[in-house]
Amino acid sequence: MQRELKFYEALNEAVDLSMAQDPAVYVMGLGVPDPKGIFGSTLGLQRKYGEERVMDMPASENGMTGVAIGSALVGMRPVMTHQRLDFALLSLEQIVNQAANWYYMFGGKKSIPLVIRMIIGRGWGQGPQHSQSLQAWFAHVPGLKVVMPAVPRDAKGLLIASIRDNNPVIFLEHRWLYNVSGPVPEGMYEVPLGKAAAVREGTDITIVAVSYMTLEVMEAADILARAGVGVEVIDMRTLRPLDEDTILESVKKTGHLLIADLGHVTGGIGAEVAAIVAEKAFGDLKSPVRRIGLPDCPTPTSHGLARFYYPGTSRIITSIKDMLGLKGARYDGLELHKDDIPHDVPDKQFTGPF
Amino acid sequence: MDLTAETSKSLLEIMLRIRMVEEKIAELYPEQEMRCPVHLCIGQEAVAAGVCLNLTRDDYAMSNHRSHGHYIAKGGNLPAMMAEIYGKATGCSRGKGGSMHLVDLEAGFLGATPIVGSTIPIAAGAALGTIMRGESRVTVVFFGDGATEEGVFHESLNFAVLKKLPVVFICENNLYSVYSPLSVRQPAGREIFRMAAGHGIESFHGDGNDAAAVYGLAQQAVGRAREGGGPTFLEFETYRWREHCGPNYDNDIGYRTGVEFDEWRKRCPVETFTHQLLKDGVLGERDIEAMRKHLEAEIEAAVTFARESPFPDESCLHEEVYSP
Repeated sequence: MQRELKFYEALNEAVDLSMAQDPAVYVMGLGVPDPKGIFGSTLGLQRKYGEERVMDMPASENGMTGVAIGSALVGMRPVMTHQRLDFALLSLEQIVNQAANWYYMFGGKKSIPLVIRMIIGRGWGQGPQHSQSLQAWFAHVPGLKVVMPAVPRDAKGLLIASIRDNNPVIFLEHRWLYNVSGPVPEGMYEVPLGKAAAVREGTDITIVAVSYMTLEVMEAADILARAGVGVEVIDMRTLRPLDEDTILESVKKTGHLLIADLGHVTGGIGAEVAAIVAEKAFGDLKSPVRRIGLPDCPTPTSHGLARFYYPGTSRIITSIKDMLGLKGARYDGLELHKDDIPHDVPDKQFTGPF
Repeated sequence: MDLTAETSKSLLEIMLRIRMVEEKIAELYPEQEMRCPVHLCIGQEAVAAGVCLNLTRDDYAMSNHRSHGHYIAKGGNLPAMMAEIYGKATGCSRGKGGSMHLVDLEAGFLGATPIVGSTIPIAAGAALGTIMRGESRVTVVFFGDGATEEGVFHESLNFAVLKKLPVVFICENNLYSVYSPLSVRQPAGREIFRMAAGHGIESFHGDGNDAAAVYGLAQQAVGRAREGGGPTFLEFETYRWREHCGPNYDNDIGYRTGVEFDEWRKRCPVETFTHQLLKDGVLGERDIEAMRKHLEAEIEAAVTFARESPFPDESCLHEEVYSP
C-alpha cells in the first residue's frame, strides 16, 4: 500500500528534498522557524538546514519580496511563505511590477526563480482579511505562474516543480487541505505545471474545480453516482498556464460545464474558463455554463453569516440537477446530504483557533 | 580629498561621458525617434562617477528611472543603451525596456526600474545572495529623495542592518520628486541622512556636485561593505538641470525659481572639477579637448549603431514572457 501523508507533510517534504538537492534553495517567511512552523509545513527545516537557509523575516512583506527577487537575480532560489494570502497583498508591487515583468522587460537577460507560498484561510471567523481567495488576480498577470494543489501528492510534486521552475510562481494553499491525508510517493518527483488532472471520469457533466473545491465536488460526484449520474471532475491544479486542452476535451465529451472556484464569481477564474469554452467549444455545449464561487461581498466573520457564504456539496448537487434537468424520485433530496461537521471547521478534530 | 591623477582623469572622463551622452539625447529627442520617456541626469553626474569608480566590474549596481548616468558609470555598453532608447532589437533589453529598464549583466549593472524605491530591496537581496554564495561583491543602489518616503526604503535599511549586508544605499537628493519639492513631502529641518541613521545604519552626507567628495565617501562605504562591516547610507545633494522627464528646461513652469537654478548651474560638477584639474595641472586644455573628441566619436558611433539597428520582429512579442 502506498504511503499516506497529510497535505502539510507533503509540502514540508517537497521543500526538504529541494533544499537537500540544491544549495541555492532557501526559505524565508514570517514564522517559518517558529514552533508552529507555518501549520507544520516548515517544521524541522531550520534544524536541518540552519538559520541562513531557513530564516524568519521582518514584517516587511513588500521589501522582503524585493530581497527575494534580488537574491534570485544573483543565483539563489528563494521560497517565500506567507501565513495568509491577505498579508502578501502588501507585496503586490514587487510581485507584479518587478518579478512578473523582469524576464521580459530586460529582454530575457535574467529570470526570477521565486516561489511565493500563500495560504488561503477559511472558517472559525477568519473574516474579511484572513481568507481572501484572490487567485484570479495573479492568474491575470503574464510572467507569473499560479499553482493551486488539492491533494497531498500534487502538493509535493507541484511544489518541487515550482521550486525548479525558473519563473516566479504563486503557490496557493487552502488551509482546509492541510490536514487531509492522501497517498504521496517517496523521493523527488515533479507534477508538471500547466497540466490539469481529470480526477474522476464521467460522461454526463464536466466540473472544473479549484483547490479545496475539488474535495467538495468529489463528494457531490459520489452522491450523484449513486443516482446514476456520471460526473467528470477536473482539478485545475495550475491556473496559469491554464490547461485548456484537458477542459475542452472533457466538455466535448459531456456537453455540460460547471466551474467550482474558491474565489468571487465576478471576474474570477471561472469566467476565464467559461470564456475559453464559449470561444472554442460552443457547439459542444448542451446547456449554459454555470459558475459556483463566492458571492459579491467580503467574507463575514460571524459563523452565523459565514454558513451562507461558502458554496458546498449541496449547492453543487443542486446546480447539476438543474443543468441536467434531473427530476423524479430518484434524484429527490440528494442535495439534502449533511455531514456532522460544523460548517466553519475543516474536520471534526478541529476546535479552533487557526 | 586628494585623488591620484589617474583617478581624477577617470572621474572627469566618466562625468564627461555621461554629460555628453545626455546632451546628445536631448539634442536628438525632438526628432521623435526615441519614443520612450527619458529622465536625463545632467547636473547629477558626479554621484554616479564618484560612486562607481570605487566598484569593480564584479560588483553590482542598481538604479531607478534616472539611470543613464549609473549605467554608463558602471561600465554599461553604450551602443546597447542607445539602441534600447531607440527601441531596437540590439538594445540591452532587446527593446522591451527602453530608457527606464537598462541592464548590463557583464558590467554588473543588474537593472534599473522606474517604480520609486523598488530597486532598493532588490539590491539588498542581491547583497544577501552574494553573502549566501560566499562572494565578496559589493552592491550599490541609486535612488532619489522621493524614494526615502517609500516603505521599502525603510524595510530595506532595517533588513540590511539586521543582516549586515554588503550594500551601499546612495540617495541623490535633487530636492524634487517630479515637481513636488521636499518641503511638501518631508518635515523641514529633518535631514534625510539623519532619518536613515535612525535605522542604525552608518550614514553620511556630502556635496553631490563635488566628484572628489563623492569619491571619498563612497570609497569608505564600499570598503566597509567589502570588509564585512555592513551597509552604509550616503546622501548627496545635487540638482537636475532639465525637466523631470524629457529633453527641455522647465524653469518657466513655476515649480522652481530661475534663481535657484542659476545657483546650482554655477556649481556644475563637470565644470568645477575640470577647473580644479586644470588649476592643479593634472590635465591641460589639450588633454580635455582630446578627451571630448574621443567621447564624441564614441557617442556618435553608439547613435549610429542604434539608428541603423532593426526593430524587433513581431515574433519577439511573445518571447521571454517565461524562462525555459
